[in-house]
Amino acid sequence: MKKLIRVTVNDVAHEVAVRPNQTLVDMIRYDLGLTGTKNGCGEGDCGACTVILDGTPVNSCLVLAMQADGRTITTIEGVESGEGLHPLQQAFIDKGAIQCGFCTPGMVLSAKSLLDENPAPSEEEIREGISGNLCRCTGYLQIIDAVKSVAK
Amino acid sequence: MGAYDVINSRAARVDASDKVRGRAVYVDDMKMPGMLFGAMLQSPLAHAEILDIDTTAARRLPGVKSVLTSKEAGLVKYGVSPARYDETIFCHDRVRHVGDNIAAVAAVDLDTALEAVSLIKVEYRELPAVFTVEEAMAEGAPVLHEAYPRNLTAEVHHEFGDVEAAFAQCDLIKTSSLVNKRQDAAFIEPPGCIASFDYSGCLTLYSSTQVPHYLQRVVAMVLGLPVGKVRVVKPYVGGGFGPKAGANHMDLAASLLSMKTGKPVKMNFDRKQVFMHGRARHQFFHTITTGVKKDGSIMALKHQCHLNGGAYSSFGIATVYYSGSLLGGPYKLPAMKYDGYRVYTNLPACGAQRGHGAVIARACWEQQLDMIAEELGIDPIELRLKNMMTVGDVTCNHLNMSSLGMKDCVEAVRDRSGWKEKKGNLPPGKGIGMSCGFFVSGAGYSIYRSETWHGTVIIKLSEDGGTALVYTASAEIGQGSDTTFAMIAAEAIGIPLEWVRLESGDTDFGLDLGAYSSRQTLMTGLATKEAGEAVKRQVLEVLSEELGIPVEDMDIKKGVIIFKRETPDITALRTRYIKEHRGWTDNPSPDEPLSFREASRIAFLSRGSIVGTGKYKPPVLGGDHKGATVGTSPAYGCSAQVVELSVDMGTGKINIEKITDAHDCGLAINRTSVEGQMIGSVSMGLGEALFEEVKFDDKGRVLNGDLAEYKIPRALDMPAVEPVIVESDEPNGPFGAKEVGEGAIMPAIPAILNAAYDAIGVRIFELPLKPERVYQAIKQYNQKLAKQGAEEMSSAKRDGNLCTKDAQAIDISSQKMNVKGK
Repeated sequence: MKKLIRVTVNDVAHEVAVRPNQTLVDMIRYDLGLTGTKNGCGEGDCGACTVILDGTPVNSCLVLAMQADGRTITTIEGVESGEGLHPLQQAFIDKGAIQCGFCTPGMVLSAKSLLDENPAPSEEEIREGISGNLCRCTGYLQIIDAVKSVAK
Repeated sequence: MGAYDVINSRAARVDASDKVRGRAVYVDDMKMPGMLFGAMLQSPLAHAEILDIDTTAARRLPGVKSVLTSKEAGLVKYGVSPARYDETIFCHDRVRHVGDNIAAVAAVDLDTALEAVSLIKVEYRELPAVFTVEEAMAEGAPVLHEAYPRNLTAEVHHEFGDVEAAFAQCDLIKTSSLVNKRQDAAFIEPPGCIASFDYSGCLTLYSSTQVPHYLQRVVAMVLGLPVGKVRVVKPYVGGGFGPKAGANHMDLAASLLSMKTGKPVKMNFDRKQVFMHGRARHQFFHTITTGVKKDGSIMALKHQCHLNGGAYSSFGIATVYYSGSLLGGPYKLPAMKYDGYRVYTNLPACGAQRGHGAVIARACWEQQLDMIAEELGIDPIELRLKNMMTVGDVTCNHLNMSSLGMKDCVEAVRDRSGWKEKKGNLPPGKGIGMSCGFFVSGAGYSIYRSETWHGTVIIKLSEDGGTALVYTASAEIGQGSDTTFAMIAAEAIGIPLEWVRLESGDTDFGLDLGAYSSRQTLMTGLATKEAGEAVKRQVLEVLSEELGIPVEDMDIKKGVIIFKRETPDITALRTRYIKEHRGWTDNPSPDEPLSFREASRIAFLSRGSIVGTGKYKPPVLGGDHKGATVGTSPAYGCSAQVVELSVDMGTGKINIEKITDAHDCGLAINRTSVEGQMIGSVSMGLGEALFEEVKFDDKGRVLNGDLAEYKIPRALDMPAVEPVIVESDEPNGPFGAKEVGEGAIMPAIPAILNAAYDAIGVRIFELPLKPERVYQAIKQYNQKLAKQGAEEMSSAKRDGNLCTKDAQAIDISSQKMNVKGK
């Protein structure tokens, strides 16, 4: 009952056989082995499973793997380029924006989407941009600082 | 400042590079060949007798490898404290809360395991259930555990000093109450584990635990394995905050399933199961009476507390002690009486959460101190400073203030917030409030009674020289302990941080009690320092033998050997090192000073592997009364906060605008991490103060067991926070360091309560301060003012004082203990 889908993940084309009820986060983590994408709630509340799907950040626990057929995905593993860390990633390290790290991949991807769309966000826009990603450790302020430091 | 090469700086976390790339491995990221998947059957009823469990259909389902109930698992009791072991892996006669555990299945995949669980038939006879403290303690109420009549898990009766005599001398005696709601820790990573039993009879359990050591002991005890054949490994953990500080039935069930099947077994809680497992902050009902002299001197404290504990003890016996004992400081208090009651109810068990046991007691008292200050006409900050303990003071319940930067904290938040200009001068709807906080820097005693070391650390120098390998069983759960210990090791040895590699969270590395009670920086830190100094000494001893220079005339700093007197000829040593590294491109050049890399290789050639060990346990602490151990600590962290907020008087919505937060952590090992703990604590306190509340229906089922309806702060909810690090010199800590992880939460809730009062003129005695509650308070206040106004107008006595804030606070909490999440 599995169906073969084609997805491009972090610039690599994959063919994956997925179950009809399989979520995208499940496919990314367990079929592709890209475990940087985290599953915190399974209900779209926490944002830990955020990936970028055709340029838009989504909770991959709320997307069926089959809906990704023919589409392009960026996960945390695809944020780094050949030249090294994305400036946002470096800023997360430098500003102390990481504690337990479980929300970090989703947080980085939401922030990256925001900056891709709006390279010079206000603080309020940064807060809005990451408001779908819950962090229980940091209290967000260092994360906001990190994003601010990379914004134009 | 400046005295250290590595610590007392702002270092990037040693795990940050992996975490930011998504490369850090958490337990659910792991898989093993042949791994099975487990699932649990949990009770749909809050209280029921189990008449029959039929697993036939589940066992027949293709793909199912094992089905376990209490029949297979046995009935060995466990829990957190041996004094209150009251859980078994699976219920056999009764279920005591919705979510209580009945059976577990291992199957080839999760879907099959879940289907098998749905095929298990359980026949129940429903029993009357109790959900509130009042119901549980009522005459004739159903009893959850036969050994504990009236459902009292634990009660505490403490009196220090002559309380009645002290009250007799007081000019003002004030009583007030505070009730919070059950909180959820809301770590983003749900707990999970993989158990792997091998054919040599060893069990390896990978678990998202805060306490590998305690988990190892409980697993061994319950499953009848030698402790030495159980290895617990903690991968990266996605937050803990307390509820992950104990063995849970999932760890045990997965271990037993692996033993039965001979395969690795993975299990996870889903988010709803996190709520059904509970173990986070209790609901507390505090009533406190304080007596003071006219000049504000605090003379006596009388305190009563009831805790709604849920169906099992978990940490509860410690919680109920902490609630009382930690009010002993930071103010001079000659006499204190405490009566605490922790009560079983048919709800998921409560346990420990950041600021264990002490957060709501602190909030109740610090709100009351503000009420007293107002009645006496003393500034709340002045009242606190007047009563502040100082270094060397001992509380009436025998807690020793070996360092206390409390006054510095208070003055810092006063001055940086502009308190003097703002207090009393803000318009209606805007408020400023403050509070102090106080917490242990590590529990003085282990959870099980023992003479055990609380932490051991091994440092081995790489045989080729140049790298220090640190092995500790301590638990990095996000707070930054790995980085802290790597920094301490580097400082103690005298090498750069990059030359240290650290492995942690594995019971094979030694004994460490784990991440709870804000203990690791001080305790594991001291053990790390000792181990670092031990390897350094050995390297210098070998150099002494080789060069004929006394050890005390040498040192290691920044990875270089320092000769304090004249520099000897090191050519022979260097030649030996270089000869062994022919072809290597990074050999030292002749004019370089002797490096640690060379010296540690020479030390290996002389002595074999250079290994240093360190260990720590606190000295005997505290008094000799029953329960004296809880609240003792080798050191205490303290903190102060000023909160500025505004209230929408039309809707009751509170908007926190700014928080100035000072914390005395002793010497700050990593300033970035200290600030991270401070701001994170503020965030958790703010959530509990304003909106967090686990709700149940009238059948004991969680109503908001998800992260949408159980609201924790989002990025939009956080105000600006100015963190101020206060550094006292703690004589009992490594390099003078002590805690920050939990103490920093203590002032958050009361400072918000006090600021809210300043804004709206009415005290609120029930948390959270959601708009509806605040709006009702404002309405009642206005009605009271209007009524007073009418009366006074009619008697022609209006004196124009009505607009001032009312010292006679209106108590708008329901004040009954049957306040169950509404």
